[in-house]
Amino acid sequence: MPAISATAVAPRRLQWMTATVRDVVDETPRARSLVLDVPDWPGHRAGQHVDVRLTAEDGYRAQRSYSIASAPAAATLTLTIERIGEGEVSPYLAGEARKGDQFELRGPIGGYFIWTPDLGGPLFLVAGGSGIVPLMAMLRQRAAAMSTVPATLLYSSRSHDDIIFRAELETLAGQGRGFKLVHTLTRERPAGWRGLTRRIDRAMLESVGYPPKASPRIFVCGPTPLVEAAARGLRDIGHEPHLIKTERFGPTGT
Amino acid sequence: MSEPPISRGFRGRKPGGPSSRIPPGQHLVTDFPVLSAGPTPEADLKSWRLTLEDGDSPVGEWTWDQFNALPQTDLTVDIHCVTTWSKLDTNWRGVTIDTLLEAAGLTEPPAPFVLVHSDGDYTTNVPAEDLVDGKAMVATHFGGEPLDPEHGGPARLLVPHLYFWKSAKWVRRLQFIDTEQPGFWEELGYHIYGDPWREQRYAGD
Repeated sequence: MPAISATAVAPRRLQWMTATVRDVVDETPRARSLVLDVPDWPGHRAGQHVDVRLTAEDGYRAQRSYSIASAPAAATLTLTIERIGEGEVSPYLAGEARKGDQFELRGPIGGYFIWTPDLGGPLFLVAGGSGIVPLMAMLRQRAAAMSTVPATLLYSSRSHDDIIFRAELETLAGQGRGFKLVHTLTRERPAGWRGLTRRIDRAMLESVGYPPKASPRIFVCGPTPLVEAAARGLRDIGHEPHLIKTERFGPTGT
Repeated sequence: MSEPPISRGFRGRKPGGPSSRIPPGQHLVTDFPVLSAGPTPEADLKSWRLTLEDGDSPVGEWTWDQFNALPQTDLTVDIHCVTTWSKLDTNWRGVTIDTLLEAAGLTEPPAPFVLVHSDGDYTTNVPAEDLVDGKAMVATHFGGEPLDPEHGGPARLLVPHLYFWKSAKWVRRLQFIDTEQPGFWEELGYHIYGDPWREQRYAGD
């Protein structure tokens, strides 16, 4: 590929790059991380996403957007994908793809739903299901930068087995560097579960999160109903709408 | 660019619609996904106003009742989101920008570019010529029902021939300006124009 000439006028086009699967990590029965080698990866900020494009042998292509799970500081780029039954691309990425397989991606994309340690906090992260992925990049970035910005994650999952990054989150919370982890399990609970058991609501956001006077930076990511309920609850508590950043995905975000 | 790598074992299920109506890189959906950068605003219809501005000067303003008394148009169109979903034959009702200009006593757009302002401080930019001649409307109904807040209700812009982020939800003000000014997503790396048929997703595409 020829070198891209710098021009003052034309914005640089996001080029398609070849990603090679270096490693596959099963996170839950339905979610899988793909650790990728992307030789020309330009770097990213936590919260950004990429467009992935698959090409079949007959030349047919399909593309979708996926959040980046890895911290900018990590040596490899990691996408974590939840397999959605009706999906076209996610069953391939989270089921079929294995070490050595290749596809195209381009990015990073998105300059709004991002957090860097210099933006400060407190940081209040609200996740539903695989909505944890861009928020995990923020937590990994926070840890990699040894940031002491207070951070709280309220994470709604259907069951204990559906919690993505469960062990890593527990490790981060156990390090005691100002990170608080709160799970809520909405469908099934393991025996002896003493945590939260209902969908995210205003009362939960109020008791788990920071008060409006602390001006937390709030990131909400998950399925649309969860994001709508959380964003409304946060606004009703008194948080400034411009401090509430949201990303929604639905069954078609596959 | 060299040949793209074949993704071993990927067959796909094809876009699922007539190729003449599915732009490159898009796939057909039947539901209606929601994407917004922040909380869904709650509009108070008593204080709601839609304003047309020539630069900083208001040239037309309507209350909710006045807006709904304007001639209504039905439009059935295909819509295309930059996140790669397309939805065919969506049915909208609202007031075309032509009708708004006429109601404001204007025979043509007062300036060549428009910055669209919404509740929640969202903006997007569209050339004025892309809003006239029946190409765009301020829509209040989807599928015969009042537009849900999460889909942009009470009123959103509808510019179906451009990627759907241009169809700003919760629209309140159309500001006609002489020099093109990038809006919210356009400032953040998305394409300044956003033609789905030329796959203009991001700056430089």
